[in-house]
Amino acid sequence: MKNKVQNILLVGVGGQGILLASEILSEVLMLGGYDVKKAEVHGMAQRGGSVVSHVRYGEKVYSPIIPEGEADILFGFELLESYRYLPLLKKDGQVVASDLQIVPPGVALGKENYPEDIPDKIRAAFPRSRIVNAMALAQQAGNMRTVNTVLLGALSNMMEISAEAWNQAMHNRVPAKFLDENLKAFALGRQA
Amino acid sequence: MDKTILSGNEAFARGAFEAGVKVASAYPGTPSTEILENIAHHYPSIDSSWAPNEKVSLEVAIGACFGGARALCTMKHVGVNVAADPLFTLSYTGVRGGLVLIVADDPELHSSQNEQDSRHYARFAKVPMFEPSDSEEARAFTRLAFEASEQFDTPVMVRSTTRISHSKSIVYPQAPVENLPAPSLVRDPAKLVMLPGNARKRHYFVEERLANMAEWSCSQSFNRIEEGRGDVGVITAGVAYQYAKEVLPEAHVLKLGLVHPLPKQLIREFAARCKTLYVIEELDPFIEEQVRAMGIEVHGKDLLSVCGELTPGRVAAGLFKQEIPEGFTPTETLPQRPPNMCPGCPHRGVFYELNRLKAYVTGDIGCYTLGFMPPLSAMDTCVCMGASIGNATGISKVLPPEEQKKVVAVIGDSTFLHTGINGLIDMVYNGSTATLIILDNSTTGMTGRQDHPGTGYSLKGDPSYQVDLEGLCRSVGVKHVYTIDPYGLEETRELIKREMERPEVSVIITRRACMLHKRDLIQRKPPLFVDADKCTACKACLKLGCPAIKWNPTAGTKGQAEIDKLICVGCEVCMQVCKFGAFGVCDEK
Repeated sequence: MKNKVQNILLVGVGGQGILLASEILSEVLMLGGYDVKKAEVHGMAQRGGSVVSHVRYGEKVYSPIIPEGEADILFGFELLESYRYLPLLKKDGQVVASDLQIVPPGVALGKENYPEDIPDKIRAAFPRSRIVNAMALAQQAGNMRTVNTVLLGALSNMMEISAEAWNQAMHNRVPAKFLDENLKAFALGRQA
Repeated sequence: MDKTILSGNEAFARGAFEAGVKVASAYPGTPSTEILENIAHHYPSIDSSWAPNEKVSLEVAIGACFGGARALCTMKHVGVNVAADPLFTLSYTGVRGGLVLIVADDPELHSSQNEQDSRHYARFAKVPMFEPSDSEEARAFTRLAFEASEQFDTPVMVRSTTRISHSKSIVYPQAPVENLPAPSLVRDPAKLVMLPGNARKRHYFVEERLANMAEWSCSQSFNRIEEGRGDVGVITAGVAYQYAKEVLPEAHVLKLGLVHPLPKQLIREFAARCKTLYVIEELDPFIEEQVRAMGIEVHGKDLLSVCGELTPGRVAAGLFKQEIPEGFTPTETLPQRPPNMCPGCPHRGVFYELNRLKAYVTGDIGCYTLGFMPPLSAMDTCVCMGASIGNATGISKVLPPEEQKKVVAVIGDSTFLHTGINGLIDMVYNGSTATLIILDNSTTGMTGRQDHPGTGYSLKGDPSYQVDLEGLCRSVGVKHVYTIDPYGLEETRELIKREMERPEVSVIITRRACMLHKRDLIQRKPPLFVDADKCTACKACLKLGCPAIKWNPTAGTKGQAEIDKLICVGCEVCMQVCKFGAFGVCDEK
């Protein structure tokens, strides 16, 4: 697998902690011995807007952004954003996404509609996809704030990275007092 | 040291540290901001500071370099417009200690008001410019730039772009240089006092310097040829190099690390072996036009757009005339998710009232530029940092008296101290009739909450003198200066209305800290709720555009407003908008 570049596109809403999640993911991949690049945009985009982070890994990675239509995995933190970025996913790609819905301003104002049945539409187009009730699992882990760790756990199933590397990255990145609940959240996500 | 994964901005900071930089100064600007933040956080031995604007930051760096120390200045592309004055003459004086200016361009305008290509500044000011292609080069080229600065007696620019500054890749940190000469006072007026007699001579030096660097750069490893197969060649630099390698993996590549001056001899040798030659570069045909002027036939902007950033797909689409691949596409129109002011943002109420007062608002650069977005829709112009005030003065000059009253300039506290104060001096001096609102949220919000001279803290977090905005406005001759809490809607509206009527300059300072303020000046209050029995579905609260207020079309008989308690911070602005008393405060646990 090492000579082939793998592409993971993280999408969600500003403020959801996507940049930190992609940070942990990149660290895991570096610890796994890969060349890693990640790209994102700060500033204007953070104010509740749509957020995208590209993570690429392999033996040698050139472009920090994923070539259009070549994402292997779409890693979604919010349902509508996952749906929005499906065009960037490969034909045989897969989605791992939270079922969380955050209402955009046009919908909040009653002027636009939040699309219906997104999970079914995603699964119809990309059968190997997983939509996770991450909030419920985070609650089960003991803290709503571990929701992104649950999602990382679910993502880890789709990647050829050792459990040790994940464990190491969690130890490196998560403050000690939150480590236990995050390790639990990761395990719950991995089983989901 | 071991390898590590760093953003371009983290790597620039590392490179500056390794180069033995003593002084670093900047004004925040996306995508350059994190360079100085990283220096302040990770390399405390460097004297790092926020200047009120880019011109001052460059002047501080110049002073440090004249004292014999290595000095760094960083800014976003449009910052160079502000700093251009010292830059162009610094090119003539040259340096004592090395001086490097890192400038971060923003192709695609992810967070900017234009898409200018800073490479023209290098050529215009006759200074060399390096352009890294990833984080490791960001580190290495910054270090190299300091060496070149001292070797050739020149300031050196390093160009970044959003995709370099905000991308992470693997970096191999090196030990910092040692034994740099100690700073000292040296008088050298023929070099440092740029009066015509001295500057005339220095201009000859500048031209010779550029010619020398062009020759030198032909044999340096940062300009390298990567052998491919076949007869297709690519000349490229910066992040475009990465896209070229994705799209044309077989091609011969001349990768330029120094984009000004160009290594002409090397380019000639490279071109001679290629049947088809592409220049792949972002924004303007900067390299392409110079290569063509050498009499070499190339393809570039005939195939790739001058506008926007490149991507692997866009490069392939241009070169091979193929469609950008798209996978599954949703059939329905998806709701957009534009950026928005945060729940509890102190700017929201001000723009809500400006909209109701039908003011003509000259705007400025910051989070509050989002006051343009519906439903607030209360901004009519936005040009550059500080422009709101001069724009208001100018437009007032040409309007009939009744319309003059509608003109209100809005500017943030950080932007006011950046270049707004000059406009206010002009307002008073030349008898403007417009009203100025300083939206004082006690931080530089949009770039990620940096301190400035009005916050009372330095970049490193040390307490500092806090500029007295009211006193400053009065000192330039403003007779009517008022301060108000923008959470009080009625008072804010009445004050703005009264001052709009006044045929004289007045300044209203709306003061309340940013909701995301780092030093937690905000006391978060319990969230609100909507009383379903009282909500009449009038939708008045929706006109605030608060992310915490949602419309539930299926509640009640006509739909109802609801509050997202997870994000509501209890500012109670919506409560003041509701005529039916439908908003209540949740019980605190």
